[in-house]
Amino acid sequence: MTAAGETANGPTRDTAAAPLLACAKLTMRFGGLVALDALDLHVVRGEILGLIGPNGSGKTTFFNVLTGLYRASGGRIAFAGRDITGLAPQAVYRAGIARTFQRSRLCLPLTVFDNVMIGNHLRLSRGTGFNVFRRRALRRQYEESVEAARALAVIFNPQLAARLFDAAGALDMIDRRRVEICRALVNAPRLLLLDEPSAGMTRGETRELMDDILQVRAARPALTIVIIEHEMNVIERMTQRCVVLNYGRKIAEGPFRAVAAERGVQEAYLGQVVA
Amino acid sequence: MTGTAASRVAVDSQRTDLVVAAAAVAAIGAWLWAFLATDRVGVLATLLAVAAVAFVLAQRAAPRYRRALTARPRVATSLVVLVVCAVAAALRDQSYPLLMLCTVLLFVVACVGLDIQIGHCGIVNFAGAAFFGTGAYTAAVLAARGVPHLAVIAAGGVVAALVGSLLILPVLRTRGYYAALVTIAFGILFSTFLEVNDALGGPQGLKLHGIDLFGWKLNRDVTLGGSTASFYVNYFVLSLALAVAAFVFARRVERSWLGLAFDAVRLDEIAAATFGIGVARAKIVAFTLGNLLCGIAGAVYAMMQGFIAPNNFTFGESLILVSIVILGGIGNPLGILPAALIIVVVPQKLQFIQEYRFLLYGVLVVLILLFRPEGLLPRRIREYFPGSAA
Repeated sequence: MTAAGETANGPTRDTAAAPLLACAKLTMRFGGLVALDALDLHVVRGEILGLIGPNGSGKTTFFNVLTGLYRASGGRIAFAGRDITGLAPQAVYRAGIARTFQRSRLCLPLTVFDNVMIGNHLRLSRGTGFNVFRRRALRRQYEESVEAARALAVIFNPQLAARLFDAAGALDMIDRRRVEICRALVNAPRLLLLDEPSAGMTRGETRELMDDILQVRAARPALTIVIIEHEMNVIERMTQRCVVLNYGRKIAEGPFRAVAAERGVQEAYLGQVVA
Repeated sequence: MTGTAASRVAVDSQRTDLVVAAAAVAAIGAWLWAFLATDRVGVLATLLAVAAVAFVLAQRAAPRYRRALTARPRVATSLVVLVVCAVAAALRDQSYPLLMLCTVLLFVVACVGLDIQIGHCGIVNFAGAAFFGTGAYTAAVLAARGVPHLAVIAAGGVVAALVGSLLILPVLRTRGYYAALVTIAFGILFSTFLEVNDALGGPQGLKLHGIDLFGWKLNRDVTLGGSTASFYVNYFVLSLALAVAAFVFARRVERSWLGLAFDAVRLDEIAAATFGIGVARAKIVAFTLGNLLCGIAGAVYAMMQGFIAPNNFTFGESLILVSIVILGGIGNPLGILPAALIIVVVPQKLQFIQEYRFLLYGVLVVLILLFRPEGLLPRRIREYFPGSAA
């Protein structure tokens, strides 16, 4: 496997053994509140890592810092052997990290195709002159893009592929979530961050969506995934390893069963047992 | 056999649809002629009532005939241009209605520009009249120095875009209401600056001569086959060409990756940034393109009017431009034409309401926002290449 784009930063430390993502002493403060407290966290190449913890433990904040929406108050983030601390969201995306949001952030008035193409924007020609005057070349690019979007949607749901030109707002929850994941996958990221993909869905829908994600993984074995979830059966089924956060700190790490058995984790979720 | 018969029926019905659609366009043209030509309040009120009733009745049937037109964009465009030209020909010796028609078309050009900013990229620009005025004053200054008029018109657009690139800095640093406030402040600053600046004529304004494009003197009456037409026919031809060009331009912007980036930025800046879209770049491009169109329209307007003064480019005028965009249907350039007709022509026709025209706009905008927030002709879902199978 050759990794593109890493030789730019001089001698590469990006070997197969090194983690894909490594955060060291990552800290995020909002005024007096410490949302991430000197977090050390790594993600192994090709794994599915579960990120769990009670509400307000800093999981989504971690995603937001990682993707450049928040600027870390301290600490470093290394991705594929390259320091990405403090990069703008666009640069993080270009480096190969894509995400979904806990609350759907699709553009509902736009079509499914348009939403997926938002994720593909880096590969599209963006010049004003090209877009306005070179319509024939644009059309070729457009037709290729339709094929790409269709191929991606088919992995999830053949019916979704047929509804490529419907408004995203006309879809039900699960298909919207699928479109969000398509949008995150279309640029072929190396790391996919899923922020509570089961939120707002029934058990049956959740199972269906997880099947989809596993299918995507089967098609792209190199894809590394970090998934935030509150549904513990989802975490158990999907992940090889879990990290538990509480008050912005890592309180446990390991396979789900082992982590769930830890007393500190149980206390974090249920409160301390008063003897 | 049955297959070919069915397809023949389909072709026949398509043809019928196209004929009906063409008849509708012609009827709109006849209405437009009557609307521009009349100066009687009773007739005007009747025409507006007829239009309102026809608009409501046509809602159900419209999609079918619209499809007949959009399936053949060339035919549709030529048809509309033909009908508008017929209207102008019918009005050829009536200067005032022609002047109004030209003004409407130039306002359409400016509003199409504003619509790229507001309707597509979500930059609410309350300084449209300032950019229109920048183009107008640029034209006045350059034309007085003997610059060829084609270059003057282009310069009007370019200078407006350059002035806009100053304003974009504070606009990029703010969002929503605050960005709108920045543009309001700029609009007011602009007209105040013109009032006190004696080099630009102060409150008295500046005079201009008519356009002369390579010997085509637009201020000379037209004689064709013995009959004389008002010189405004020339301006009509120029304004129509500009309006069509602006329209095609805006459509192409919308139906491209650029239009997609604008939409993404308008709908969700954070998501757009997360997926690699340069938010600032999109806003700069949209703002510049919009101001360019406003400036070009302003330059032609100034030379057509022959006289410009600061009170043509006040904050109030900016509000008029924005209300045209809202009334027509945010994001749909097609809606701007009827909206501009109503907003520009009705107060001219009803001189006695001149004083109350802002009241009229206010009521109109409130009614639209209450009952049809998406405007007269709402924007439809994007089709990059309409009629293509993909």
